[in-house]
Amino acid sequence: MTDSLSDKPVDKDEGLQLYRRMVRIRRFEERASQLRAAGLIPGFLHPCIGQEAVAVGVCGALGDGDVLTSTHRGHGHMLGRGADPARMYAELFARSGGYNHGKGGSLHMIDVQLGFLGANGIVGAGIPLATGAALQLKRRGGGSVAVTFFGDGATNEGSFHESLNLASLWKLPVLYVCENNLYGEFTRQDHHQVITDVAARSSSYGMPGVVVDGNDVIAVREVTREARERALAGEGPTLIEAKTYRHRGHFEGDMGRYRPPEEVARWMAHDPLDVLWGRLVKEHALDEAARDAVRADVEAELDAAIAWAKEQEHPAPEQSLEDVYVDSIGGAALR
Amino acid sequence: MTKFSCADGIRQAIDEEMERDPDVFLIGEDIGESGGVFGVTKGLYEKYGPTRLWDTPISEEAMIGAAVGAALVGARPIAEIMFGDFVVLAMDMLVNQAAKTHYMTGGRLSVPLVVRMVTGTAGSTAAQHSQSLESWFVHVPGMKVVAPSSPEDAKGLLKTAIRDPDPVMFFEHKQLYGGRGGQVGDVVAVEPIPLGVGRVRREGSDVTIVSYLKTLEHVLDAAATLEGEGISCEVWDPRTLVPLDREGLRRSVAKTGRVVIAHEAPVRGGAGAEIAAVVAGEFFEHLKAPIVRVGGHNTPMPYAPELEGYVVPGPERIAEAVRRCLGRA
Ligand SMILES: Cc1ncc(C[n+]2csc(CCOP(=O)(O)OP(=O)(O)O)c2C)c(N)n1
Ligand SMILES: [Mg+2]
Repeated sequence: MTDSLSDKPVDKDEGLQLYRRMVRIRRFEERASQLRAAGLIPGFLHPCIGQEAVAVGVCGALGDGDVLTSTHRGHGHMLGRGADPARMYAELFARSGGYNHGKGGSLHMIDVQLGFLGANGIVGAGIPLATGAALQLKRRGGGSVAVTFFGDGATNEGSFHESLNLASLWKLPVLYVCENNLYGEFTRQDHHQVITDVAARSSSYGMPGVVVDGNDVIAVREVTREARERALAGEGPTLIEAKTYRHRGHFEGDMGRYRPPEEVARWMAHDPLDVLWGRLVKEHALDEAARDAVRADVEAELDAAIAWAKEQEHPAPEQSLEDVYVDSIGGAALR
Repeated sequence: MTKFSCADGIRQAIDEEMERDPDVFLIGEDIGESGGVFGVTKGLYEKYGPTRLWDTPISEEAMIGAAVGAALVGARPIAEIMFGDFVVLAMDMLVNQAAKTHYMTGGRLSVPLVVRMVTGTAGSTAAQHSQSLESWFVHVPGMKVVAPSSPEDAKGLLKTAIRDPDPVMFFEHKQLYGGRGGQVGDVVAVEPIPLGVGRVRREGSDVTIVSYLKTLEHVLDAAATLEGEGISCEVWDPRTLVPLDREGLRRSVAKTGRVVIAHEAPVRGGAGAEIAAVVAGEFFEHLKAPIVRVGGHNTPMPYAPELEGYVVPGPERIAEAVRRCLGRA
């Protein structure tokens, strides 16, 4: 683990901002869970609670022109990048005002302005897409990188191996960020691969592989910065493995009974929000009132977002026939 | 005499579009310096270099995925699947990603991509290097499907496909490439041809034969034979399977009242099934006889020339199908 990186003091305002972003993700997910239980969200939800530091740490190291691809567990990545929770909730509610006009839902959400090229319903699919985006960024003359998030389970897909080979061969500016939460769906890592460090797979492709404590947002941000600089310097891709854990089941409705309670307890005690807050308390003597203030702020923001999303219209049924093609050639391609 | 094959048409379309738009690039296996297995990209590497022609490792999913990802951020990639059979290794990137991105994102993202698929038998290329998979993509909403049967069409349609904002699956029949070792022919000027406009390749009055790709040549041979028997065949080429030129098809069916559909792909679930359903369902009042389909038998492609010749429909079987349609069998 690269703990030493995060031993540097944290700037107070910066630290508070990172903390706020993580709280925003946590509360976004918790409230989405309640809203789904209340019947407002018709589709799948894969909460990233417990993994907030990866999203916020990685996104905290990126530049404006960078582009990202994500996974089925993508809300954190999108919020980390600065997406609007109101339009996200509207999309989850399947409303016209949502990011995808109600056509995508959780698994396909995008924000083009932020370079967020999408969550993905197919495990491992974002990896070649980001690789190709990096190819175009390189062709256009550099200055930006592509980032792709994926899970430990995804590293058994061919798309992962083919893409890493291609990117190292062509020295593409792409960051491969594996969130190793120790499970692929209900299957523990030691039941789906014999290695413990996914980062070891980097050696096959002649690129650096870095293991980082994925619950330490500062450490994640530091390794991401280094990898990004390498990529921008034309030195090619890096595989970052962030060790983390999801507090909840694989998706809403999964109780996660396949996980030993001691394991869950151990990781709950290493909560990414508490890890950062602990440092802020130690280094800047912040008190509970400061923490409550952040929470209250985020809560108010999410209240407003949810209220706005609830007001958005449902799409008209016949809108299902729109957006199949950019140019349907007068409707002919739809028949 | 002008020498101009489908390979020439395709090469020229790529060349002219690459010259026009720097965001057009080519990605595939052995397409660069080597000029491609069929010589289709010959000379392009010398002209445009490695930032416009990307030779990938043998990684079809990464290749198509990279093309799709690049298209998401402004590129206009042309990907080549060396033998169309290998597209199965990239199906997720095509079917779940490229075809659905525009829709899933509520129209906010698009994938202007062309995938060139080398299709059909070259003669004893057998079961894994000969398939005609166009109907798979006809079935996937979000994709356009092009299947040219002449060098001019290949050139004009490819230019349009490259400029098109949606993913286009572009099928190229090996036997239409013309010549061996990719001899480079003459440059013929062809304007972009709109997608969704079919073409009457031969006028006639007794029966409409719908066909595309290499099989269309066999149809023209059959039509010449049948003329000697007093049967007048109209040969109609849809040129693009999605979108399908219903109006053009209707005009021809209204004139002849009889329809035979011929393609190399297996008959069952082939593009002909969709065309037959359109004719029967929408132009029924014009029909004087049941529609006849003639195509590959429902087998993998065999190796032995005798077996392959039996499976792939040639002029004989097509003529026989026409006679059946006219009640003269
Ligand atoms: C190609 C594919 N196979 C299977 C699935 C079903 N599935 C959805 S998420 C998931 C587990 C993925 O595990 P991992 O990559 O570790 O990500 P995590 O869920 O842990 O974030 C599976 C098997 C899928 N969506 N796509
Ligand atoms: Mg996992």
